[in-house]
Amino acid sequence: MSAVTQPEGAAYKPSTGKRIQAWLADRFAMIAAILVLLYLFVPVAYTFAFSFNNYKKSNITWNPEGSPTLKHWKNPCGAPGVCESLVKSLEIGALATFVATVLGTLVAFALVRYKFIGRGAANVLTFVPMATPEIVLGASLLTIFVQGFTNVGLDLGFWTIVIAHIVFCLSFVVVTVKARVQSMDPRLEEAAQDLYASPVATFWKVTFPLVLPGIIGAAMLSFSLSFDDFIITNFVSGSETTFPKFVYVSYLRGIPAQANVVGFSMFVIAVTLVILAQVIGNARKPK
Amino acid sequence: MSAVAHGAGAPAAPAGPDTATRGKFLPYLLLLPGALWLLIFFVVPLAQLFTVSLQSQFPGYPGYYYRDVNFRNYLDAFTEFAPHFGRSLLFAGLATFFAFALSYPLAYAMAFKAGRWRSLMMICIIAPFFTSFILRTIAWRQILADEGPVAKVLNTLHLLPGGHITETWMAVVAGLTYNFLPFMVLPIYASLERVDPRVLEAGGDLYANGFTTFRTVTLPMSMPGVLAGTLLTFIPAAGDYVNAELLGSDRSTKMVGNVIESQFFKVPGGYPTAAALSFTLMALILALVFVYVRRFGTDELV
Repeated sequence: MSAVTQPEGAAYKPSTGKRIQAWLADRFAMIAAILVLLYLFVPVAYTFAFSFNNYKKSNITWNPEGSPTLKHWKNPCGAPGVCESLVKSLEIGALATFVATVLGTLVAFALVRYKFIGRGAANVLTFVPMATPEIVLGASLLTIFVQGFTNVGLDLGFWTIVIAHIVFCLSFVVVTVKARVQSMDPRLEEAAQDLYASPVATFWKVTFPLVLPGIIGAAMLSFSLSFDDFIITNFVSGSETTFPKFVYVSYLRGIPAQANVVGFSMFVIAVTLVILAQVIGNARKPK
Repeated sequence: MSAVAHGAGAPAAPAGPDTATRGKFLPYLLLLPGALWLLIFFVVPLAQLFTVSLQSQFPGYPGYYYRDVNFRNYLDAFTEFAPHFGRSLLFAGLATFFAFALSYPLAYAMAFKAGRWRSLMMICIIAPFFTSFILRTIAWRQILADEGPVAKVLNTLHLLPGGHITETWMAVVAGLTYNFLPFMVLPIYASLERVDPRVLEAGGDLYANGFTTFRTVTLPMSMPGVLAGTLLTFIPAAGDYVNAELLGSDRSTKMVGNVIESQFFKVPGGYPTAAALSFTLMALILALVFVYVRRFGTDELV
């Protein structure tokens, strides 16, 4: 307001206190955001640090004697079960993500692009699994697997975990892809059709490339959710062991530091892959 | 899939909320595989769990049930485990509140201040998933333990009544807050991202100060995200048992999830009780969600 009363031509100079205040106000959100991100990383850093611990019985307290040591990093599969369970988690994550992404994308298109009888019900059906506590999902799936599916030869294990993961990943895919399809400008497709593109060509040349980032995002979210799931997995896994289940089960006996090595490595690999993908994506973008 | 590109004769409207066209068979075809999956592996199992919750035990044969309409299971479950229900809702509510307080600045900074750092921040939010939340929760147990840095500092300052963080409700709430934070950040960010920064500038042009603009423009426009985020945090937190198991104590911090888990896996003949507990939890959550959505809701939620 005060700027209005300034003589013409003179630059408005706020006092130092005002300037600091403005600087803080401008950056407050960013500073808070960085603090929250650091907070998200605190336990990851702890996991990293304890992967160098030369522990005796259990990897809970830091043993200054002989630490830090690289012995767990040199032999990440040294503890029984660590790498086996990791491979299972990766396989389950890949399978569940693939199926959930395909099915979820189809559902998302149907829900955004068409009006049909049962659309509301379909919307609710895809949303409710997300709003169901994991423990209820897990318990209900266990009931049906034990009471129905074992009769037809589907025992608790790898495939029941995959089936269960697809259920909750599907919901997240539908919501993510739906948002992307909704935010698309329909005029782009109309333009393509005005230029005599067939509906098939319009879909593959215009619609699909525009929705693809949403689909990729949904797939990444799916994979992370599946990879990190414990509660549902614990209910439907029988004797099969995924990485989170391995860590949980070995907690009482003491978690081998190799689990820390694997956990932290997966974190680094995930970050590197995503950053690489973005760099490549940016490089390929037409200038 | 071809007909996804809808009729060329449609009016050239800007991307509105509903650009759907009428379809006869195609939408059902697209919907079919996903919907079938959810029917077989979500709806049917829930129905089955419901019948289990009404079963009765053969007297004298623990672990053997017969089909029945025994609502007594619900009464028993609720009266016997009422404190656990209370804790579940209370801890989840507190965790949701703290997660909101931490998430909003983060989502806000990502949407308006981050610029080209935006996608890196997004990666930072999702990436900890890959360390496994069990490992990170156990790390919190070490960090918050009596000999850990947090408890030590608080104890030196005499700010910790009781002297412990782990084995108390504080550690459980802290763990829930931490673990479900991404589910709060992502929806809030998604709705803030859609806000046109020019709208905020308009607020400034109309002589609103930063706070007024935030309160009257930004916050209301992000409400769908806040609503989705609070639900996606509260619901899993209320059903969680891992945090209470790893960070809490045996007696005073157990939540409904812990009871359901132990009734299923450790108590012989616990299936009907566990099923009844599951449905009571669902009903409580649905009731709360219903009230909450009625109070703050928009139809953009579903």
